[in-house]
Amino acid sequence: MSGQSTYNPKSGFEKWIDQRLPLPRLMHDTMQTFPTPRNLNIWYTFGGILTFCLVVQIVTGVVLAMHYVANAGMAFDSVERIMRDVNYGWLMRFIHSNGASMFFLAVYIHMFRGLYYGSYKAPRELIWILGVLIYLLMMATAFFGYVLPWGQMSFWGATVITNLFSAIPLVGTHIATWLWGDFAVGDATLNRFFSLHYLLPFIIAGVVGLHIWALHVPGNNNPLGIDVKSPQDTVPFHPYYTVKDAFYLCLFVIVFAVVVFYAPNFFGNPDNYIQANPLVTPTDIVPEWYLLPYYAMLRSIPNKLFGVIVMGGAIVTLFLIPWLDTSRVRSCRFRPLMKQFFWAFAVVCVILGYCGAQSVDAARFGIPLVWVARLGTIFYYAFFWLIMPIIGLVETPKKLPASIAQSVLGDSAAAAAE
Amino acid sequence: MTDTTHDAGTRRDFLYVASGAMGAVGVAAAAWPFIDQMNPSAAALALASTEIDISAVQAGQQIVFKWRGHPLFVRRRTPAEIAMSKAVDVSTLPDPLARNANLPDSAPATDADRAIKPEVLVLIGVCTHLGCTPTVSTPSAPEGEYGGWLCHCHGSQYDTAGRIRKGPAPQNLAVPPYAFLSDTRIKVG
Repeated sequence: MSGQSTYNPKSGFEKWIDQRLPLPRLMHDTMQTFPTPRNLNIWYTFGGILTFCLVVQIVTGVVLAMHYVANAGMAFDSVERIMRDVNYGWLMRFIHSNGASMFFLAVYIHMFRGLYYGSYKAPRELIWILGVLIYLLMMATAFFGYVLPWGQMSFWGATVITNLFSAIPLVGTHIATWLWGDFAVGDATLNRFFSLHYLLPFIIAGVVGLHIWALHVPGNNNPLGIDVKSPQDTVPFHPYYTVKDAFYLCLFVIVFAVVVFYAPNFFGNPDNYIQANPLVTPTDIVPEWYLLPYYAMLRSIPNKLFGVIVMGGAIVTLFLIPWLDTSRVRSCRFRPLMKQFFWAFAVVCVILGYCGAQSVDAARFGIPLVWVARLGTIFYYAFFWLIMPIIGLVETPKKLPASIAQSVLGDSAAAAAE
Repeated sequence: MTDTTHDAGTRRDFLYVASGAMGAVGVAAAAWPFIDQMNPSAAALALASTEIDISAVQAGQQIVFKWRGHPLFVRRRTPAEIAMSKAVDVSTLPDPLARNANLPDSAPATDADRAIKPEVLVLIGVCTHLGCTPTVSTPSAPEGEYGGWLCHCHGSQYDTAGRIRKGPAPQNLAVPPYAFLSDTRIKVG
């Protein structure tokens, strides 16, 4: 997509195609000869894994849509029919429902990798922003999908999330009614959520295309966070990274398969095997695990509008990271202070997730968890809005290596390869 | 090309702006049906009123009916519960408004303004925070500190008049438009 094309059509047919629709040239340049830093580690394989996850979700989703009925009276039963009667329906559904969890697991690793190695820094700001947009679309898609089985958690999750919009002053309740198509979550809501759940993955696929396009302009960042300076610093994408990605994809699929076949309900909530009842709220409403940190933030604020703002702001903040980080050095390998705060941030995210999973009045060691969540929320914001800009200015980074080749091969080998 | 004598703009500029403006109006007009189709349909609006029989509700008890897809609480309050509610100074409440569809919007949240007959409390059972159904408090199974309701989702607590006392909910539980048809029948909506 950028730089000199090395594609050389050989047969007459290839030349004929190349002059009319140079798709083989595009594939050749982006997936075969694309010069990729030679030092990418395991954490860089999650881009490929995420593409795999998206394809799995779309394929199993299309299959499930052949058997699912988007009607408040029939949705729950149709899902049970998929589980019991449809040939391999149980497999399709468990791959799809656990696939969402695996998708988020991979996307969180991918995002923390970007955060650690400074992959959002110039000239890769738009890659990061498109990535956060994909993450946001994923959350919306997952939310719509979770409503479809029409269990108790589906219904009440939908109620709580759509009611977030009612916090908007003046027009809030009208927006909520507009989202529902009724005065409460009901059949109209279920139908439109199904429609949107089917639509959004294809929009995600489109944004993923932009994400990869933007990636191929500056090329990959790498664990050293320094620019590629000479051809010695790179290897062709194929076979080096196709094979590496494939190997780690296999490991990922093994974990995926273990969950699907041995613990398919591990990420689920038993309340969702009870059909939706608009008159009874389950005692504890818990979102899916990947939304728990945000849920903990929402619950920790004793004011409706402010709670919604804090939760939304946590995601908006992610879009601004490229400009909140003032450091000239990308990788945390050379940022001793930032490295410590990075891990502190990761731990705080897990603690927030833990708080979000507990009931609202829970306490541990005599400390009310709502206060733990409040401190966690403060740290989350402080990390991006105070720590990140200040550390970038005051920290003395370690000395950067002269080049990727020198770092990987050592001085003499790099010199010999010149 | 440009006619410099026309300071206010050329005939071509006018055509650009006029056709652009018409185009914008056309796009907005075409978008509106796609937006408005998501609002409640005529069928959903038609279900707006219902009649219910409240003779089975005993003192100190609550029965949940359904109205507009929402739970509708009908609670027959005990004299003690009414007295507890009346003892509260309205100016100390987080939401000092009655939120009673049968009264003007500015009505204060006194106990008298929360029910047509003090012993029969009719409320929409939707927490004003994020829409969960609060759990009723009874002397044998208390929920929260105020003897009314506790919402388990995010911890909002309501008193025996359904007024918000503690937690993230911004408003008192809403009182729907209703009227007594007889001592035991009410029409809601």
